[in-house]
Amino acid sequence: MAEATGTAGTAGTAAATAGPAETRPAREFTDPEAPRAHGRVLEGLRGYGLIVAMWIRSTMTYRTSFVLSTVGNAAITLLDFVAISIMFSHVDVLGGFTLPEIALLYGSCSASLGLADLLLGNTDRIGARIRDGSLDTMLVRPVPLLAQVAADRFALRRLGRVVQGLGVLGWALWSLEVDWTAGKVLLVPVMVLSGAAIFAAVMVAGAAFQFVAGDAAEVQNSFTYGGCTMLQYPPTVFATELLRGVTFIVPLAFVNWLPALYLLGRPDPLGLPGWAAFLSPLVAFVVFVPASLAWRAGVRSYRSTGS
Amino acid sequence: MVDDDALISLDGVEKVFDVRRRVSLMRREKRQVRAVDGISFAVARGEMVGYIGPNGAGKSTTIKMLTGILNPSGGRLRVAGIDPARERVRLAHRIGVVFGQRTTLWWDLPLKDSYGLMRRMYRVPRARFEENLERCVDRLDLAELLDVPVRQLSLGQRMRGDIAAALLHDPDVLYLDEPTIGLDVVSKAKVRGFLRQLNEERGTTVLLTTHDLQDIEQLCERVMVIDHGRLMYDGALGGLHAAGSAGESERTLVVDLERELAPISVPGARVVKVEGPRQWLAFPAGQSAAPLVSAVAAEYPLVDLSVREPDIEDVIARMYAGRD
Ligand SMILES: Nc1ncnc2c1ncn2[C@@H]1O[C@H](COP(=O)(O)OP(=O)(O)OP(=O)(O)O)[C@@H](O)[C@H]1O
Ligand SMILES: [Mg+2]
Repeated sequence: MAEATGTAGTAGTAAATAGPAETRPAREFTDPEAPRAHGRVLEGLRGYGLIVAMWIRSTMTYRTSFVLSTVGNAAITLLDFVAISIMFSHVDVLGGFTLPEIALLYGSCSASLGLADLLLGNTDRIGARIRDGSLDTMLVRPVPLLAQVAADRFALRRLGRVVQGLGVLGWALWSLEVDWTAGKVLLVPVMVLSGAAIFAAVMVAGAAFQFVAGDAAEVQNSFTYGGCTMLQYPPTVFATELLRGVTFIVPLAFVNWLPALYLLGRPDPLGLPGWAAFLSPLVAFVVFVPASLAWRAGVRSYRSTGS
Repeated sequence: MVDDDALISLDGVEKVFDVRRRVSLMRREKRQVRAVDGISFAVARGEMVGYIGPNGAGKSTTIKMLTGILNPSGGRLRVAGIDPARERVRLAHRIGVVFGQRTTLWWDLPLKDSYGLMRRMYRVPRARFEENLERCVDRLDLAELLDVPVRQLSLGQRMRGDIAAALLHDPDVLYLDEPTIGLDVVSKAKVRGFLRQLNEERGTTVLLTTHDLQDIEQLCERVMVIDHGRLMYDGALGGLHAAGSAGESERTLVVDLERELAPISVPGARVVKVEGPRQWLAFPAGQSAAPLVSAVAAEYPLVDLSVREPDIEDVIARMYAGRD
């Protein structure tokens, strides 16, 4: 078989006559430098917003079905809490915690997870897209991949869980007799938002892991949904080893345990100082570093499919 | 061959896949597939190039590297001066991609909504968008389909929808991976006509893979043949004949005799096939058919005859078959 005959370019350049180049429209709009100047994050947020808006618009065409599924979503998640309160009709305290105290844990972590799930919940479906190669089509669009994956099939009905979580949290704060200080007031929103950010980072890391381990959605879910189930219970009922793990390795303890203990004026079972409760935003920020590195590595290793 | 003036340039590009195969229940074997094995070429602005090769040759893999979907394992690529894998998002503004096998549209949305979202994603000014959309709708016959969700479109309709979607942001380069797969004759003609116009009027550079050689014959002056991840030929379509048969290109004289005969013997030609009274005689492409015809007519009862030029499909089939 003859090696590649070296007529490369010659046959080609002949076809590229100067003509069409002049008649081409000037491309004043897709200034390639523009996205750079905005920065990747802003560009990602913008793309995220566009896709989310599109999905919301398309769900809103069926308004009743949307309302029903949102209410249903809230109701189902609320059943969780009903189960816990039924348990309290038999016992007065659990691990030394009263029902309103448990409700504080439950409501805050439910709201945090709900928020992360609303904003990034579909990242766990990336495994299927990696396996069937349909990630290809997202990779050729001018929006960072994570934004597209997170916004894919955005489901506003997941707001149900957030509302339910905030409702239970509100009830807890109202029933508890907290010695309110400015710091404690500030800590409540900080707790919910940083908790959501920590869960979001775990979701990103889980999605990244799926590039390596085909179908790891379950691993991801065990850290997020499973983690939240754990965080509903007082840390005092768990073994110290587990507490160390969720404080220093996968820092779920910063989602609500540490801030809630501070609000309640209780000591941390691991003996961390009170100001550790305020570290949640920092922790959220720190966990995003390995998560986003893992994500990048994952995307680089993406190999598409043979057909 | 590093040619940064070219719109697309590849220099010694490689892609190696590690594949694990289960040999038995317990044992797994690790193997490397060199899908693209050191390819270099350059495409100038405004060219329309065919990229062909047998199944598994590495065509799609090359395109995926040129769009930034896959990271090359080695070599250097540039598209519009951009390293695709490193600056994928920036590159996306400059390229359009159509995968014949897979839609880039949103499955549940009507075409119109997909296009609207594309407009915002790519920041196309509304006037320019309307103009481009109108042109595509008009030439690709999409008017009736704009309100139909993508999942309800037929293959041919969806393909036309995808081609339009790839062009709304005026890309410099359009990659098409099997854009005519599964299309009927009419749709193929429509797509080809559209692509030719696009290239002539707007100077869009086009790189297309296909298994339908008519696509290449009708659209591309330049063709690249790849096999086992290596470039076997790069040049004018016409030159493929000479390259394919490595200098021994042949034409065929088809003769119809009065009755069935044993293979006839004519100097300068050999019988390659006999079917009843019809016989096929191969002779060197560079030689005139006239002496053969008179030789046959002088010695055998000739009823009719025709001369066949070496056909591009044969040449390519022979090229493919000639691989190790
Ligand atoms: N994701 C992948 N993982 C493993 N091997 C792959 C992958 N993608 C492609 N390959 C292998 O690389 C080689 C080239 O594949 P490619 O899809 O580029 O071929 P192609 O020329 O497009 O073929 P076709 O005409 O069948 O579309 C094949 O041997 C294929 O098995
Ligand atoms: Mg292919």
